[in-house]
Amino acid sequence: MSGFGNALSSSIGKKFIMGVTGIFLILFLIVHAGINALIFLDDQGLTFNIGAHFMATNWIIRAGEVVLMLGLLTHIFQALRLTLQNQKARPEKYAVYNGSANSKWYSRSMGLLGTLLLIFLVVHLKDFWVVSRFTGIPTVDANGHEDLFQVMKVKFQDPVRVGVYVLAMFSLCYHLLHGFASAFQTMGWNHSKYNGIIKNTGVWYSIIISIVFAAMPIAIYFGIIQ
Amino acid sequence: MSTGNMNLTLKVWRQKNNNTKGALVDYKLAGISPDMSFLEMFDVLNEELINKGEEPVVFDHDCREGICGMCSMFINGRPHGPKDLVTTCQLHMRSFNDGDTIVVEPWRAAAFPVVKDLTVDRSAFDRVIAAGGFISVNTGNAQDANNLPIPKMQADAAFEAAACIGCGACVATCKNASAMLFVSAKISQLALLPQGQPERYRRVQSMVAQMDAEGFGNCTNTGACEAECPKGISLENIARMNRDFASAKFISEETV
Repeated sequence: MSGFGNALSSSIGKKFIMGVTGIFLILFLIVHAGINALIFLDDQGLTFNIGAHFMATNWIIRAGEVVLMLGLLTHIFQALRLTLQNQKARPEKYAVYNGSANSKWYSRSMGLLGTLLLIFLVVHLKDFWVVSRFTGIPTVDANGHEDLFQVMKVKFQDPVRVGVYVLAMFSLCYHLLHGFASAFQTMGWNHSKYNGIIKNTGVWYSIIISIVFAAMPIAIYFGIIQ
Repeated sequence: MSTGNMNLTLKVWRQKNNNTKGALVDYKLAGISPDMSFLEMFDVLNEELINKGEEPVVFDHDCREGICGMCSMFINGRPHGPKDLVTTCQLHMRSFNDGDTIVVEPWRAAAFPVVKDLTVDRSAFDRVIAAGGFISVNTGNAQDANNLPIPKMQADAAFEAAACIGCGACVATCKNASAMLFVSAKISQLALLPQGQPERYRRVQSMVAQMDAEGFGNCTNTGACEAECPKGISLENIARMNRDFASAKFISEETV
């Protein structure tokens, strides 16, 4: 049992990988939500398009994008591996299992919530990421920047798409409600003086991030921001 | 044995051995006293079965005082039944209502194979302990206890971890059949005391390796183990084990 490979393939090592990639994705969401929230300035997306232009062209960000994809894929594959192993650890299921007596439903449903998020991500990446990175944004704004805001406005005229985005943010919220504090516990950062702060920060983070994201399609669909 | 007025329907898991398939079997019981413990209720059932010439239900029990960790039983979807901080022997029939249907299953985990009916083989826990849950002490006179000052908080935390009776309720209730709470308690009770320090980082590596080898699942921090533990062992122990494991693997130069 020497070497980092053995350490990371042990049950606790696999948890570390889930925790570290989880915290990384949590940090990413702050950046993502922060830049996208620029649309609420209600300036025809001019400021938002500057942000989007920077994110699409800066080479450090582009390199970070590769790390982000790797982090996301690691999080997903590790979760799949862990889930399969965990199912093998109890081959015969209970006839009666009262999980709600001792734990929150979303803490027991991280796989399901994560799968819903993955399905959403496929739709979401196709909607915006593929357009901005590969197929190209058709119009430019008053500053001469590619008008990603216009793409958002067009996509969010579709009520089905708006519904899918808002529902996905419920999945995100519950996934984060467990994931945030869980990552700290996994890393061993359990301390009576800080546990309250970690737990509360996790709850507020999950709710605020989800509301900020969900507000975007809703605000555009109902014409609150033009 | 005192008689009472409770009528119950039991659905009990019957399984001949680990190689055969088991099933829930219905039993009607009448005249159960609310003052009986859950195990005494099973004694009544078994007497009736023996009198009818049937095979009694095999279940684990020993001290019947809530301290040995032998009694198991997954009752109505929870280990040791509906009450918090009790073992099955300390669960009384007054916690149920007349006319109730009670489903009783064995602990279910790949690492805890069924021996018969409600009895499972928990020797995986013994092997985890044998892998490192000890301290090595040279022979000779015991030194004066005051030579090793231990802060009260530290001593209390070690004692609380040492309260683990190794019953396996944590594994039984965990949706992943993970043994992290048990293993972390057995690591913490030594990691918190001076006597446990020399082997601290060897211990955590060996015991976690054995835990993995036994086929327990991986922890997802649902907290079900802590909620169901009859001795109230805290999740803090799991965090401590994770920290020690990280220190051992990524900082310590000693390898196991």
